[in-house]
Amino acid sequence: MMQRTMFIDPGRCIGCQACVAACRECDSHRGRSMIHLDYIDGPLTVASMPTVCMHCEDPVAPCAEVCPADAILVTADGVVQEASKERCIGCANCVHACPFGVPKIDYEEKLQYKCNLCYDRTSVGLAPMCASVCPTGSIFYGTLEELLLARPGAAATDIVVFGEQEVRTGVAIVTPVDAHLRSVPGGMA
Amino acid sequence: MYLRVDGAGKVFGVEPRNHDINKMKLCPKGVVAYQQINHPDRLVEPLVRDGRDGPLRPASWDEALERVVSEIRRIQDTYGRDAFGVYSGSSLFTEKAYLLGKFARVALRTKHIDYNGRLCMVSAAAANKKAFGVDRAANPWSDMYETQVLLIAGANVGECFPVMTQYVWGARDRGAKLVVVDPRETAIARTADIHVPLRPGTDAAFFNGLLHVIEREGLVDDAFVAERTTGWDDVRTAVRGYTPERVADICGIDARSVEQVALLWGRAERAMAFHARGIEHHVQGTENVLSVINLVLATGQLGRAGAGYGTITGQGNGQGGREHGQKSDQLPGQRDIDDPQARAYIAGVWGVDEADIPHKGTSAVEMVHQMARGEIKGLLGICNNPLVSMPDRDRIEAGYEALEFHVQIDFFLSETAARADVVLPGTVWAEDEGVQTNAEGRVVKHNKATEPPGEARTDWWIVCEIARRLGAGDKFAFGSPREIFEELRVASKGGHADYSGITYERIEETDGLFWPVPNEGHPGTPRLFEDLRSYWPDGRFRFHPVEWHEPAEPVDEEYPLRLTSGRTVAHYLSGNQTRRIGALVEQTPRPWVEVHPSLGFEDGDPVRVITRRGGVTYPALVTEAIRSDTVFVPYHWASPVAANLLTIDALDPISKIPEFKVCACRIELGESVDLVAPPPVPPGAEPELANEREIADPRSPTAPQGRGTSEG
Repeated sequence: MMQRTMFIDPGRCIGCQACVAACRECDSHRGRSMIHLDYIDGPLTVASMPTVCMHCEDPVAPCAEVCPADAILVTADGVVQEASKERCIGCANCVHACPFGVPKIDYEEKLQYKCNLCYDRTSVGLAPMCASVCPTGSIFYGTLEELLLARPGAAATDIVVFGEQEVRTGVAIVTPVDAHLRSVPGGMA
Repeated sequence: MYLRVDGAGKVFGVEPRNHDINKMKLCPKGVVAYQQINHPDRLVEPLVRDGRDGPLRPASWDEALERVVSEIRRIQDTYGRDAFGVYSGSSLFTEKAYLLGKFARVALRTKHIDYNGRLCMVSAAAANKKAFGVDRAANPWSDMYETQVLLIAGANVGECFPVMTQYVWGARDRGAKLVVVDPRETAIARTADIHVPLRPGTDAAFFNGLLHVIEREGLVDDAFVAERTTGWDDVRTAVRGYTPERVADICGIDARSVEQVALLWGRAERAMAFHARGIEHHVQGTENVLSVINLVLATGQLGRAGAGYGTITGQGNGQGGREHGQKSDQLPGQRDIDDPQARAYIAGVWGVDEADIPHKGTSAVEMVHQMARGEIKGLLGICNNPLVSMPDRDRIEAGYEALEFHVQIDFFLSETAARADVVLPGTVWAEDEGVQTNAEGRVVKHNKATEPPGEARTDWWIVCEIARRLGAGDKFAFGSPREIFEELRVASKGGHADYSGITYERIEETDGLFWPVPNEGHPGTPRLFEDLRSYWPDGRFRFHPVEWHEPAEPVDEEYPLRLTSGRTVAHYLSGNQTRRIGALVEQTPRPWVEVHPSLGFEDGDPVRVITRRGGVTYPALVTEAIRSDTVFVPYHWASPVAANLLTIDALDPISKIPEFKVCACRIELGESVDLVAPPPVPPGAEPELANEREIADPRSPTAPQGRGTSEG
């Protein structure tokens, strides 16, 4: 199940966008943030949450499955890479296939871009930039054991339910401690 | 954090550092702070103005410094030494803060020096000294992990000190209950166990109410109060009138929340209280802090892991910058400038006659008002931007306009520097080394990563050079920050803020030392008061009775709403450093006014906020996360959208802090929002086009923290 990965905890997010600023510092896409930081409850609260690529495992990366140019590589360690610049045709199939709304198209460059789990860092043992700086642990990088050591009593899931469809992801979501949920609902009821 | 430096010595990026305080965590401003270093707006040569109406033009260091020195001489010879003032800041390294205090007293021999902490932490400092006899947070932040109740008052931690959030969440992970007292439902208030959304300007009533219930319920720590404190009887009498019902009425909250918070705090074995500007920026700021401290003392919550108290700093060196003598009433080591023993000791360190050290001067805002009255004719400013950050901005501008001479040291051309007669280009944090003291009282060090650009020179060199040209060179013969620090160690020795056992090397080895550190073998003092003794001669902690009163400007029929001002996470202080950085401008390009839906406006409506000082039209951010009788405007931007066009310059009679957090206003639908002016740039530099486009956007952000990334 969960390996060393990112754990997303929307309940801890303070909306500061340190992750967005840090994402721009990643050497694989300097100057452009791949993080989606949304203020989700507009007129009601200041609630916010970060969205990174969830690196879907089962079914394996819908974005890669629908790519007509075979541009999206899934590496052996389960990281769904950004579309290869040499192959991407900017068709946006991946945008429509992604259940989490992660990939975006730069229509000037006609290229897809998305979070690749800071592959230049994680592949050499460094934490992704966003998780390194996140001042709240809303984005945590490590193993489940390390997460539980830092937060006694926390729980996490790597299954998101969209109606009938379950998606098992490489990135996990921290769930409320007392919810005893195995999965979190992702789609409309 | 670490900086990434290329082969040519140029800083090009940042890498998080696992330091014991921040544990790699950064806020968005910290992540992009390195972009200041090679920013095209940097001041890279001295600028002078020929006559008041002429433009700033480049000049040599020699010409600029000679102009400064001749004007200092002329003004002091004509009007007396006190006619030239120094206004400094707490974002300076402590070496520079110390140097500015010495420069004013020894080179200028003026009593008029004060610093921008006067707009920031002085209420906390004054109250701490009154109650504890010392001005420092009582506990290291790691103590939060062991507390059962964490009370945070008037502090939007998620936006104003994001890296502290990990300690707050860490406390909750280990079972602590979180209580947040704030008129707005901030990011930490949103999920708190209890959020008390009181009216701005009613804090003392609330804390008196807590103590009322605690006393009524027999939850006072009688042994601690009897053996370790003085003044309880007066406080007990004072809080008797603050029944939960009366407090609920004053504060506009539910009486049950007074009971709930009081019982939670009163029954806890270990509880900690933290506060920031929200309760301090008031004419009753010092008393508000004392009302929190009364609660801490009455329940004996001091000197133990998980039991304690702290004030949250507003600048990187908010603590260190107020300890070593750039404050109007202070000499190094937190010494009182009117204390004969302190004067004699410091006179010895400086090699001057005790009688030649000036006595206590006036506070920052008072100094500007004295400028308007012609009592101060010349000013050296460094590390501040009062045309944005001081209250009732037009009155501040009138003070500066009345000056005969004004020199400002900065690394960007702030709104205040842009009106100076001489502007001297200084360094950013990465171009020099020096120490800072954090919110815990821990002394840490910045190392130098790169050389300053062009002809910019480090601030301490500039100050020493002016002193030398004034004929005081022998007292300012410093060749490095280390040499200044070595003198500071001696000057602080025996004072409360005793740094004498701290060396640069020891800081590197330890991730920082908590003062007092009275000798080089001393391990530092992470937690104060473990012996349950205060710093007063009798060792007792002092209660101070507090009676709540209305703010300086109560609401009335004409101005029925309360205006409160504060920060947003993408910007820092007067915005001089952050309104130029693309990522931060994109996140939050402009200010807004936060209003409750019941006031009848739509998101983005141009809403004019009017006070007795002026009116500004902002886009409305309509949210239920604010009280319906209160509106909020962030303060980081300059005129014509400055929140400080609206604020009142009423001062706390003890701390002299302005009442930024509450004044009376009314709002109405305006015609169109007032547009943001781009920050000034030096002659020849071009404003950044992308930033210009962003600030021309009249929309409000999607949330107080800025725009969401999908909203362009």
